[in-house]
Amino acid sequence: MGRIIWGISLFLGISFSCTPAKDRISFNEEVRPILNQNCLPCHGGVKANGGFSLLFESEAFSVNNSGQPAIIKGNARKSELYQRIIHQNLELRMPLAADPLSEEEIGLLKKWIDQGAQWEDHWAYQKPTFVANIPKEQHPIDYFVQRKLEEQGLTPSAKAELETLLRRLSLDLIGLPPQKEWLNQLQSGLTYEELVDSLLDSPSFGEKWASMWLDLARYSDTKGYEKDPHRNIWRYRDWVVQAFNEDMPLDSFTIRQLAGDLLESPTTNDVIATAFHRNTMTNTEGGTDDEEFRVAAVIDRLNTTYEVWQGTTMSCVQCHSHPYDPIRQEDFYASYSYFNQTVDADLDIEFPVLEIYPPEVNAEMEEIFKDIEEMSGSPLPVFSNDPYRLKQFIFPLLMPYDAADFENVSFYGDGSVTNWIYNLQSMTGKRFRFSFPEIPLSGLIGVKMEYESKGGDAAIEIRGKEAQGAVLNYSLFAAQENGRGVHEIKISEQDLNGTGLFFEIINTSGKIPEGMVIIRGIALVYESPSYFAEGVEEKKKQLINLRRQKGDRTPVMRSKSKDYERHNRLFVRGNWMALGDSIRPGVPAAMNLQGEDPMNRLEFAKWLVHPDNPLTSRVMVNRFWQEIFGRGLVATSEDFGTMGESPSHPELLDYLAVQFSTTYHWSVKKLLKHIVLSQTYQQASKIVGDEQADPDNKWLSRGPRMRLSAEQIRDQILAVSGLLYDSIGGPSVMPYQPEGIWQSVYSGAQWTLSEGRNAYRRALYTYQKRTAPYPNMITFDAPSREFCVSRRITTNTPLQALALLNDPAFYEAAEHFGNTMEIQGGGDLEAALRYGYRQALFQEPDEEDIQILLDLCQQAEGEKPLTLAANVLFNLDGFLTKE
Amino acid sequence: MNLLDEALFERHQLATRRHFLKACATGLGSMAMGSLLGATNSKIPHFIPKAKRVIFLHMAGAPSQLELFDYKPLLKELNGKDCPPSLLEGKRFAFISGIPQMLGPQANFARHGQSGAWISDLLPNFSKMADDVCFLKAMHTDEFNHAPAQLLFYSGSPRLGRPSMGSWVTYGLGSMNENLPSFVVLVSGGKTPSAGKSVWGSGFLPSIYQGVQCRSKGEPVLFAANPNGMTVSERKKTIEAINQINKKKYQTFKDPETLTRIGQYEMAFKMQMSVPEAMDIKQEPDYIHEMYGTEPGKASFANNCLLARRLAERDVRFIQLFHWGWDSHGASSGESLDSGFLQRCKEVDQPMSALLKDLKQRGLLDDTIVVWGGEFGRTPMLENRNGVANPFVGRDHQTDAFTIWMAGGGIKGGLSFGETDEIGYSGVKNRVHVHDMQATILHNLGLNHEALTYHFQGRDFRLTDTAGKVVKEILA
Repeated sequence: MGRIIWGISLFLGISFSCTPAKDRISFNEEVRPILNQNCLPCHGGVKANGGFSLLFESEAFSVNNSGQPAIIKGNARKSELYQRIIHQNLELRMPLAADPLSEEEIGLLKKWIDQGAQWEDHWAYQKPTFVANIPKEQHPIDYFVQRKLEEQGLTPSAKAELETLLRRLSLDLIGLPPQKEWLNQLQSGLTYEELVDSLLDSPSFGEKWASMWLDLARYSDTKGYEKDPHRNIWRYRDWVVQAFNEDMPLDSFTIRQLAGDLLESPTTNDVIATAFHRNTMTNTEGGTDDEEFRVAAVIDRLNTTYEVWQGTTMSCVQCHSHPYDPIRQEDFYASYSYFNQTVDADLDIEFPVLEIYPPEVNAEMEEIFKDIEEMSGSPLPVFSNDPYRLKQFIFPLLMPYDAADFENVSFYGDGSVTNWIYNLQSMTGKRFRFSFPEIPLSGLIGVKMEYESKGGDAAIEIRGKEAQGAVLNYSLFAAQENGRGVHEIKISEQDLNGTGLFFEIINTSGKIPEGMVIIRGIALVYESPSYFAEGVEEKKKQLINLRRQKGDRTPVMRSKSKDYERHNRLFVRGNWMALGDSIRPGVPAAMNLQGEDPMNRLEFAKWLVHPDNPLTSRVMVNRFWQEIFGRGLVATSEDFGTMGESPSHPELLDYLAVQFSTTYHWSVKKLLKHIVLSQTYQQASKIVGDEQADPDNKWLSRGPRMRLSAEQIRDQILAVSGLLYDSIGGPSVMPYQPEGIWQSVYSGAQWTLSEGRNAYRRALYTYQKRTAPYPNMITFDAPSREFCVSRRITTNTPLQALALLNDPAFYEAAEHFGNTMEIQGGGDLEAALRYGYRQALFQEPDEEDIQILLDLCQQAEGEKPLTLAANVLFNLDGFLTKE
Repeated sequence: MNLLDEALFERHQLATRRHFLKACATGLGSMAMGSLLGATNSKIPHFIPKAKRVIFLHMAGAPSQLELFDYKPLLKELNGKDCPPSLLEGKRFAFISGIPQMLGPQANFARHGQSGAWISDLLPNFSKMADDVCFLKAMHTDEFNHAPAQLLFYSGSPRLGRPSMGSWVTYGLGSMNENLPSFVVLVSGGKTPSAGKSVWGSGFLPSIYQGVQCRSKGEPVLFAANPNGMTVSERKKTIEAINQINKKKYQTFKDPETLTRIGQYEMAFKMQMSVPEAMDIKQEPDYIHEMYGTEPGKASFANNCLLARRLAERDVRFIQLFHWGWDSHGASSGESLDSGFLQRCKEVDQPMSALLKDLKQRGLLDDTIVVWGGEFGRTPMLENRNGVANPFVGRDHQTDAFTIWMAGGGIKGGLSFGETDEIGYSGVKNRVHVHDMQATILHNLGLNHEALTYHFQGRDFRLTDTAGKVVKEILA
């Protein structure tokens, strides 16, 4: 057999230099799977029984509890590992209390040791490279696919029919059905490639690909958990659409989402991009410990980042070293530190946020700003992160929730701050503080605070310049019986200069509620200049009111200031309350070919897209491939580790990865264009010949045939029926949904049908509520966006049939489409059906199908015949499938 | 199609199903004929089961064990005294802060049945069933907030995203009937539980395993009703037309998914008939309505109990009821032991007792596990939110001790298992963790909780996470 294959290889002109090595055991392909399956559960990252582990090379060959190594390179007979797998005594034979290894497996291990026990790093942790002499006349993808097909004894399929191909191309690139005109345009000289270019340029392109990305980003319009209240984060969704449309290179796309706030002079868009990781859940249930859910969010950010960019499962490593992959528990907390130093902390108001105003409000504000400037005539301090100059113009009034950073306090939606936080039994060791590092101190003579405090045990300490700077004032708030008071502080220090005010609330007795206070507003008093000319105060109040009512606040990332940085420590057995050793920032050594460890979030983002990162380009290319072919070159697109599936076409994967990250400079459009121009992509999807030869189309012996996604199903029905309102961006909308889906506790939120054409937007814009998702998204396998999902599992259920048959939203489209068919048919039923068939399926009508539809129409009882026909068309396999 | 085509087609249909159920490597998507429907899709359990199905009665919000089953005379004596600091140190509560007062039982207790189980006078009907049920009196959990605790209770993890118990069970055992969903959820009390639909979601399991919410008011299953104006025969004919065209499609493309789709449309049509029939409690005789206290057309716990029995009779595998409104903090009258709680007890006492009796008289209790409980327990202390006593009588959340009961399906009746300390603050004997309860339910269904796994994101997951022990002592 071997000889025959060898012969064929020669015939095909493939170098046979690797063939003699066939005798050589491959660690990665032959040995590692046996070890992973049988040995690592007890001799891996979770347990290293007998002091022996096979996780890292160094461990595998080092001395264990027996006093010597278990593997003696070159000598299986002397190796304990070999002796134990063939042992006669069941109490000593490995694997313990399980079936023995097969003869073949034992033989492989023996041979591997005898050959010198050569260890190999996992393929995915080595840089992708490719050396292949791709014939000029052949598309590189076809070249690699062809080679695999030949190896498998398969042949490629013929090219798909033009209509079929156009429909596939359109659904793949823009997520919408094709246009009739394209056929004419192609006949009058437009090339396929030009058509591809025009689709890539279409604004619908970004909407299609955003769907894929939003699953990874776990985008949702609500915060999750019990109350699952509204979250205003649609600007992030729009940012993703725009980024795809602009073909933002994937490296920039990465850096902006993970660390856009840390770029030098970030734009508003760069900051909105960081909402990627504000899609984690916020628990607003009463009586929850914010720190517990902050930690949960940080862990999710870490796991999500490694899954999205590295195809690596980090969640196991939270509690113990990875059972199969060379990642230690310490590595988890080293990477955790990149995400542990942001100021957000599970507060209900989602602090920190980026405030953005609609243009008309913005204009109104500009007017007020002008007035203030004219009235006061004195220069105001400049604040960073303040694109709308709000802080600047309400200065010297401070809204506590404009603080740059905080610890243990909580902010309310009206801007106030309090030390009334969860779990007040244990206040000891906690500091309740917040900071304004940009406040100018020169000329400051007093601070006024509007506050509410029941007892007399709450005090405020104010420091200047830095968190540990000179104490400018320490004083008790006077007790107020259920009422508010104004606390006036004189700052009578010597000449102050520089910037920064640091507030700390102190509960002098530790008693509740005596030591509790809410500070509603802070006013600074300056000797000179006086910031309050006649009428200015009134103007500032107007601004504050506008903020409270009209502000659109998107949660974003912000790094903690030095003084408030968190102590990054390991969680013993993954328990966030059992703190272990301090851990410095770092990435797993096995995946780090760059030497130095990144030291912060920005450096970490850059590390991910560095040319030496072995995983990012492969993982990303695989995602786009999966979206088009229904199956990744690595089928487990979420796991490139040793337990994931090996790539079906390793050379193709590496070729695409290198091409994408170097030649194409991370351009997604170029990558997709490259794919859809291949013959592999353009094959017909019919199964010809043996149905079992390539049942999952792993070897790409035909074109992709797969059920449309939840989004595509809705979008296609709306587009075909003519109801689609193709408007881009904006807050999420509420199309028709049956009553009684939303019944969240402690929530007055209602599903209110969007007005007018907004009820017919693309599915991307449908309001996404985590605990009560839109039924037809879930039914068609869209995730509920609670966590990162790398691939949807396509199901085929009777509930899908019921939805497509009966959902009033789809049925309304059928009625609408039926009417259009009637008009187009001009009174002729058969002509109407032919029109509808072409419109829905984008192909010439099949005569038998038309006959079936005609028969149905003639049997209509009460319903309009063409509505029934449209209902049938919207339920056909050919309609629901990309083929 | 001619007869020969028809025969070939059927053979393909069979072969395809076999292929996808057995051999398909990535074919989760294609487990189409899978478990939601289809009598032939019942899977083989790990060992011989004692029960075939589960009815879970969840009292969302967590009822107080100290007013219902866990009788503490000492607590009566301590009523009104300040809680000693030793009981508060190192404890995490949802709302209690500062020093709360102890709160004695707010009901009268007596022993019932031959087993002498303690049950309070708030459940007069249920106390007659004492010898049929097994009380687990030293249950404990890890979570003291509703949403995370409910998630832990049903998915084994306090975070969103894992499959729920009903999904695991249908994934493991498949379906027993061919025209109803395998995992049905019924909600009363006007609200879904705190964790929302995630407690019947399928998490990372294919969506065919998610619970289907059936409603006792309005359309019983979403989109099961034909559009206004469409007759049953029109629906039948449209489905026939769809399947005729799809069969031709299969001939051309040979895509097994097309075959599956044809089957699913046939099943959808059956469901349109069978779901409304199963959900129509008007068909029940008067004495049954009297027994349960049901009023057709209402969304009530009583109606849902009766529906649970009808669904059990029709071999639905996992029937999950949620009744909302048990969060008796004392912050408002609806959520207090002296008002809302009494109302809730009245709402459930008669129907849940009727359900047990009814299942028993029909011989269904033998192979149906009935479970009743909440996501955690309540403190022996009066809740003093923000250090100030609440306007009504109430208790805070507590994780270390609460009571649930189980009955039927291989569970010993007339047993009180586990004990708490003298004030019902924590379990002292035979404690049962939420994961143990899950392991035990799976065990009686013939499933080994350690072997019922699903590979996701690079590792195997299971309902009981990394813990869980079957509570052998309560098995019949």
